[in-house]
Amino acid sequence: MGSIRPEVSGLIEMQLNDLLKQTSEWLKSSGPNSEIVISSRIRLARNLDKVPFPHWANKKQGEWTTEMIYKAVSEDEYLKKSIYLKLSDLDAIDKQFLVERHLMSHEHALKPDNKAIVISEEEIVSIMINEEDHLRMQVMKSGFDLSEAWNIINNIDTSLSAKLPFAFSKELGYLTACPTNAGTGMRGSVMLHLPALVMTKQINKVLAAIAKLSFTTRGLYGEGTQAAGNFFQISNQVSLGQNEEEIIENIKGIIRQIIEQENMARNALTQNNRQILEDRIYRASGILKSAYIINSAETIEMLSMLRLGQDLGIIKSIDRRLINELFILTQPAHLQKIEGKRLNAQERDVKRAALIRSRIGNIG
Amino acid sequence: MLCDICGKVVATVHLTEIIDDQMAELHLCENCARAKSMEMEQQFGLADLLAGLSNMGGQVETEGMAGLKCPACGLTYENFKKIGRLGCSECYWSFKSYLNPLLKKIHGSNQHIGKSPINKPQESIRLQAIKTKISPLQELRNQLRLAIQKEEFEKAAELRDKIKELEKKGET
Repeated sequence: MGSIRPEVSGLIEMQLNDLLKQTSEWLKSSGPNSEIVISSRIRLARNLDKVPFPHWANKKQGEWTTEMIYKAVSEDEYLKKSIYLKLSDLDAIDKQFLVERHLMSHEHALKPDNKAIVISEEEIVSIMINEEDHLRMQVMKSGFDLSEAWNIINNIDTSLSAKLPFAFSKELGYLTACPTNAGTGMRGSVMLHLPALVMTKQINKVLAAIAKLSFTTRGLYGEGTQAAGNFFQISNQVSLGQNEEEIIENIKGIIRQIIEQENMARNALTQNNRQILEDRIYRASGILKSAYIINSAETIEMLSMLRLGQDLGIIKSIDRRLINELFILTQPAHLQKIEGKRLNAQERDVKRAALIRSRIGNIG
Repeated sequence: MLCDICGKVVATVHLTEIIDDQMAELHLCENCARAKSMEMEQQFGLADLLAGLSNMGGQVETEGMAGLKCPACGLTYENFKKIGRLGCSECYWSFKSYLNPLLKKIHGSNQHIGKSPINKPQESIRLQAIKTKISPLQELRNQLRLAIQKEEFEKAAELRDKIKELEKKGET
């Protein structure tokens, strides 16, 4: 990676610090069913007609693609005020910071060549340029709100399709680098917090049923990650042969059932195992309020219990949005951004504990 | 020999890894190897899945498939089966007879019924300028990637040397 001009790196730092100061849309805890559904996300995969896909393109073709897409995006009404970042201008912490905020994939951070990202105001929309496809556009909404996410992304996609020659055929729909995304190029995902299904050991049964219906489950950070903190991301697998509204309705149907199951498990816990439940929640609260050293795995587990306590009215003094924010602010790159310097794992564990204490330590 | 990652436990797993065309040997303990393989699964999982799926197409596929190449981007069907990604949108037509049954297996359908773009591809701006041929260096890099995936490390080492030589000459 070459050195960056100081004025560029200064601007990037400013832009990323602005992000750091705001709460990501998906963490606002403002949408429908936000006690169980963290966020709803829709992404569309689009490619430029006849141009080699990113993994197969040469340097010149990759550069051209980035330029072409940037031009179309910067002229777009909705995206005009977006931040535009080239991955080659970002250091490892910056990249991880964007991954932690769910603005881009881990894969996008791996090889910077001709990769870029566009982030809209309030972080509702982000567009990865030259990831697996030329464009990966996503919209994130707080709570269970796939239809609103679809409305936003649908408009942006339509408007960009007037400026960019998208690879499309009547028969196969949008043509993508991987045939698993062809057709609508759409993936809808819903992030759920399911502590009661995990505690009552019913989660595997639920996940097995989901898999049979052609839906996939992932952890908090996408493909290949573990379901830390009782978070599960459910998304559709089929993208061809159903239209966008049908795909969304199918996901909604599944999610409604899971919400119901989680609520039943929560009721069962509060009725039959109240003491055990309260013990776990108050212990979690105690650890978070008093620890001086805490790693991120323990933090996520404890915050998950605290959130459950808040949902069930056991913890009253801490706001759900604050708990949501802590999930992100305590991630490694966020801690380092807040501190404004590199920290090793031990230093992070100390800063993490201090940050949590400063936010919730003296509450109730 | 101790594990390259944790440096504490004796390495029992030996791995050849190639990142950005640079080959590196890794000696890992069981725990670190497991973590590493999860990381790799993330990158190759889909390719394996696709390779498995396309083999389900049966015997018909193997005949006539050898040497099938997309005239627009140069990707062969063999390449696709290994890496699980197509080379360009034209590949869908170049490999149509193989892809259609594959799409049907993945999605249960091969007929799109969703939205369409405003701008039809045929009316789109000419992209002739960038439809340049793949450079020799890029061709070698692609071959290297395939050799690694097939675990043909001797061939990979040869290719790596050729690439280095070309890079020295300043060719891009």
